[in-house]
Amino acid sequence: MNVLLGIGGADDSLDALDETVARAVDAGDDLMVAVVENPESDRVPEELVDAARAALEDAGLPVDVRRLSGDPGSAIVELAESEGFDQVVLGGGQRSPMGKIRLGHISEFVLLNSRVSVKLVR
Amino acid sequence: MVGERVYPETVAAEFPRPPVSFTDGEGRAVEVGAYEQPVPPGAAPAHDESDPPPAERAFEAVVEMYATFDPADRAQGVPPVGETRIREWLDTLLAREGFDVLAWNGDIVAGHATLVPDSASTYELAIFVHQDYQGAGVGTRLIEALLGHGQEHGVEYVWLTVERWNRPAVALYEKVGFETASAESFEMEMSIRLN
Repeated sequence: MNVLLGIGGADDSLDALDETVARAVDAGDDLMVAVVENPESDRVPEELVDAARAALEDAGLPVDVRRLSGDPGSAIVELAESEGFDQVVLGGGQRSPMGKIRLGHISEFVLLNSRVSVKLVR
Repeated sequence: MVGERVYPETVAAEFPRPPVSFTDGEGRAVEVGAYEQPVPPGAAPAHDESDPPPAERAFEAVVEMYATFDPADRAQGVPPVGETRIREWLDTLLAREGFDVLAWNGDIVAGHATLVPDSASTYELAIFVHQDYQGAGVGTRLIEALLGHGQEHGVEYVWLTVERWNRPAVALYEKVGFETASAESFEMEMSIRLN
């Protein structure tokens, strides 16, 4: 399967990176990691590109990392649709102090606008 | 310090302090009381195993409420399902040193409401009423007593998130004075000023 993982730097997107890389190894998926700028995150894109490259390299997968500019949600949707991906993977939200799950704005946008199936990682 | 969240300029009216006793819409006697945490093992004086101290009994009664909580009433992933997860979640929640109130009908916990502190010295509110006690006015008394309990202890800013389509919950929050702080997401944020 052709998988596009979008990460913006919130903690849940780093969990999604670990899990998606492991899944790609098990399932033999072709995985591309797209790094977007998430205004809700303190991590800078360069840091995320390095983290994604390291994770792919350590797993023995091809290092396919791309930085997307512009609105993060629409950039992920556009890339997924224009390059024929089978699935978009995103972080599955962060927990509030009392444990409620809150989806990030990027996830909400992609869920509502993508024609490609979306997977949220918990 | 207050984060980027928007709060009402006006301080809310004074809420009743727990304990609060009333008869619910079904004629049941209900008492809302503050919940005190059980003393950690070792720190408590020895007691007869067959007669656990009140705080421990209260904790077990809360677990029981969540263990039989209707899964259809879950919101945003809480309460978790299964007793092990419920215990883990409650342990984490109660360890944060917020404020909690319980609605009792005899030995049964009918509802639980909590103020959980966050990193910005504000508090996140959540309320859960067991399905056997919904629609009987328990939620209103429970949330009012929680806000009174928080007011009494100097809590200033309280916020919550609620799924936009959960109209009964939104109506309850508005009734006690919460205002919408943000409605851009699947969940809307509401807030209130207590002091």
